[in-house]
Amino acid sequence: MRVESEAELVEAVRGARAPLRVVGGGTRGEVGAGERLEVAISGVRLYEPGALTLIAGAGTPLSEIEAVVAAEGQRLPFEPPRWGALLGLAGESTIGGVAAANVSGPRRVQAGACRDSLIGLRFVDGAGIAVQAGGRVMKNVTGYDLVKLLAGSRGRLGVLSEVAFKLLPAAPAQATVRAEVPLSEAGRVLAAALASPFDVSGAGWLPGQGAVLRLEGLEGSVGYRAGRLAALLAPWGARIEREGSVAIWRDLAEVRPFHGRAGDIWRFSVKPSEAAAIAARLDGEVVLDWGGGLIWALLPEGTDARAQAAPYTGHATCLRGRAPRAEPEAPAVAALSRALQARFDPRGILDPERAG
Amino acid sequence: MDMPVPAARVLARKQEIVARLRAVLPSDSVIDDPAETRAYECDALSAWRCAPLAVVLPRTTAEVAAVLRICTEEGVPVVPRGAGTSLAGGAMPTADSVVLGLARMTRVLEVDFENRFIRVEAGRTNLSVTAAIEGEGWFYAPDPSSQLACAIAGNIAMNSGGAHCLKYGVTTNNLLGVTFVTGAGEVVELGGPFCDAPGLDLLGVVCGSEGQLGVVTEAVLRILPKPEGARPVLIGFAANEIAGACVADIIRAGILPVAIEFMDRPCIEATEAFCAAGYPDCEALLIVECEGSPGEIAEQLGLIREIALRHDPVEFREARDAEEARRIWLGRKSAFGAMGQKGDYICLDGTIPVSALPEVLRGIAALGRDFGLEVANVFHAGDGNMHPLILYDANTPGQQERAEALGAEILKLCVAAGGCLTGEHGVGIEKRDLMGVQFTAADLEAQMRVKDVFDPPWLLNPAKVFPLAASAGRRAGGASRGAAPDPEVFGPR
Ligand SMILES: Cc1cc2nc3c(=O)[nH]c(=O)nc-3n(C[C@H](O)[C@H](O)[C@H](O)COP(=O)(O)OP(=O)(O)OC[C@H]3O[C@@H](n4cnc5c(N)ncnc54)[C@H](O)[C@@H]3O)c2cc1C
Repeated sequence: MRVESEAELVEAVRGARAPLRVVGGGTRGEVGAGERLEVAISGVRLYEPGALTLIAGAGTPLSEIEAVVAAEGQRLPFEPPRWGALLGLAGESTIGGVAAANVSGPRRVQAGACRDSLIGLRFVDGAGIAVQAGGRVMKNVTGYDLVKLLAGSRGRLGVLSEVAFKLLPAAPAQATVRAEVPLSEAGRVLAAALASPFDVSGAGWLPGQGAVLRLEGLEGSVGYRAGRLAALLAPWGARIEREGSVAIWRDLAEVRPFHGRAGDIWRFSVKPSEAAAIAARLDGEVVLDWGGGLIWALLPEGTDARAQAAPYTGHATCLRGRAPRAEPEAPAVAALSRALQARFDPRGILDPERAG
Repeated sequence: MDMPVPAARVLARKQEIVARLRAVLPSDSVIDDPAETRAYECDALSAWRCAPLAVVLPRTTAEVAAVLRICTEEGVPVVPRGAGTSLAGGAMPTADSVVLGLARMTRVLEVDFENRFIRVEAGRTNLSVTAAIEGEGWFYAPDPSSQLACAIAGNIAMNSGGAHCLKYGVTTNNLLGVTFVTGAGEVVELGGPFCDAPGLDLLGVVCGSEGQLGVVTEAVLRILPKPEGARPVLIGFAANEIAGACVADIIRAGILPVAIEFMDRPCIEATEAFCAAGYPDCEALLIVECEGSPGEIAEQLGLIREIALRHDPVEFREARDAEEARRIWLGRKSAFGAMGQKGDYICLDGTIPVSALPEVLRGIAALGRDFGLEVANVFHAGDGNMHPLILYDANTPGQQERAEALGAEILKLCVAAGGCLTGEHGVGIEKRDLMGVQFTAADLEAQMRVKDVFDPPWLLNPAKVFPLAASAGRRAGGASRGAAPDPEVFGPR
């Protein structure tokens, strides 16, 4: 089934007799139970560069959004990453898919997550009722923040039909400060940089590169801050990269070191200071992002990564592999989430995995 | 302002309820003497008052849980309270309610610079969070003007903002985790010093839920290293429209100042009379602040100057030192005090798309004339968060009602322009009955379902946020049930 408007989406959900498997661009995997429902509600509804806001149909390809805002020198603050090649999936990410999965790239350390830029949305709940949450202004505390609840819900409370984002001016210049340190040292370098006043907009570690720190903004400012940061990190042999900067952050956002490689792919979202110790316990390769708060791991097939990595403060997600995708929640939290699902999707048609 | 009729059943059992509370709390933590509970009869929306049944001031999360269990069993509404600075009546009690105040939970529990967070008890004031870390060069970004008094608990409940949120975001963008207690007395941890929740973002919906989903007792907050410096410019304009256009041009030019504040003539005149900040005689002015090293600030201010000059400013004044910076901010920071000198006022905070600024300012002026009341505007222009201040005289019969009616019309105008009823103060009782202007019945139903899940008997701050008619069935159900928790949610105890 394919729907091109919210009205059609309402009909499709109301008429559904079996669990639905909602797909945007299909980059999060085509496999799974349920009847396929393709959300092709597409197009930019409103774009006001002077107000830094954009509203688009949930099925609008991410690349289309990025092109539209780039033409005005703006961008989505959270740097939505593309993981298609990483996970070996074809298909184009849609903006609704990005919002429903709350995926954020390296700039999360500075500009926040996808959910922090998402200022409004419309969705159709499991009973087929269309709901508006949030709006198109940056500051809005009118009623409960259902936008946050829906962001990252992976469609379990409703199918997104429209999303509104806050944008930021694209930075005219960028530079990377790079220190070729081993993984065991990376945490110290990243923490030192993030504790500086130099407004770091990316902080990661890549095999073969070492610790990388991004600075973005006006040309003069980037030059100044890169110089100061390199001086601060001089004990680790830090150097400034100008030419290679863009490629480094694409490699990190897309986790290129793992492309085309066999094995299970995991993400650990943890307290950054724990990253080195967790990485040392894992029997595989790692990449760090978010100052060490995000560990990407490529592990032998079938690894029980949660057991191997323990103890850690945070949670692990299995993106490719047989292990359960999400970390089990504490019983009280899980009970609240289940009850919310029951309220928003009384027939249980929006969660094919749960419906079995 | 309509409020529900207090439950006679609860009023009649006051002695028993207070005795049960005393049994689980130290004696100095329970207040029921009417002379003392009066101190809790209102928040900063002081036109509306009602003393509660009792006030409790617990010192631990366990004590909070014990209070909530008793209140749930007794079917007593609970009104959580931080510092009582809400401008929306969010912390106003009802006669049959227990006010649960966090004023005694103010400790810093953990400071972790390496992982950039601080964990505090939620009764701690906003400014004292920064005070605990600024010696080491760090700060907590959300900075409501009330930051000296307001508590983190209230900031989380209202998802409060501040002058610098254009760059740093509001409370929800700086909140990593909470410890909170459900109405049934269950202690739940949401989030923590790491990114993103594994499942549904419950933290995201608890933030901004106005004390209706649970009582927050502890918070994990993101902290940031202080910028090297900051410096403002003041730009005066011949018309509101021009100032509005200049704001849009600055934003479009790719400069992101930390703050863009706007004041109109009535506000400029009032603050000049109050504190003589030396502002120019003009229709509108902007205060734009940039951060960084001296060189970086100069780079940004240079661009802003170029843009401003295209709009024929009446004045362009750059702060050259700390004293000049202080003087530029002086009038803005005194604006509310200055208006207070002129008389009583209502402060609204509807938000609009920045592009609609000129049109909405014109509309507000016209409405003010129709109602025969003066309206001054001072607001966060970068994000369209208006703060129309409606001046009135509470001693003139009918003026308060007229001011409230004008406020409602202004907020409708904000919504019609593509904005919302409240950008940072919250709905509380003040905007409760206007929710239908912004939301459909289905939208409100979806929000109320969330409360059904977290607070099945509807005992937490029940008469707020939703129009009374919309929540009537749910509140009645809760009160008469005496509140059996939903077994699916809370399990057998
Ligand atoms: C002069 C002045 C200036 C202001 N400036 C700003 C501003 O710039 N930006 C801004 O956003 N706001 C501003 N405000 C409004 C107000 O300060 C904020 O809403 C603040 O966050 C309220 O905090 P509080 O601790 O006083 O909360 P209270 O007034 O005590 O309560 C506010 C709400 O929070 C709930 N609550 C309190 N504690 C808890 C808890 N532990 N758990 C769950 N819910 C709880 C209450 O039930 C109530 O609904 C201003 C107010 C004044 C008087």
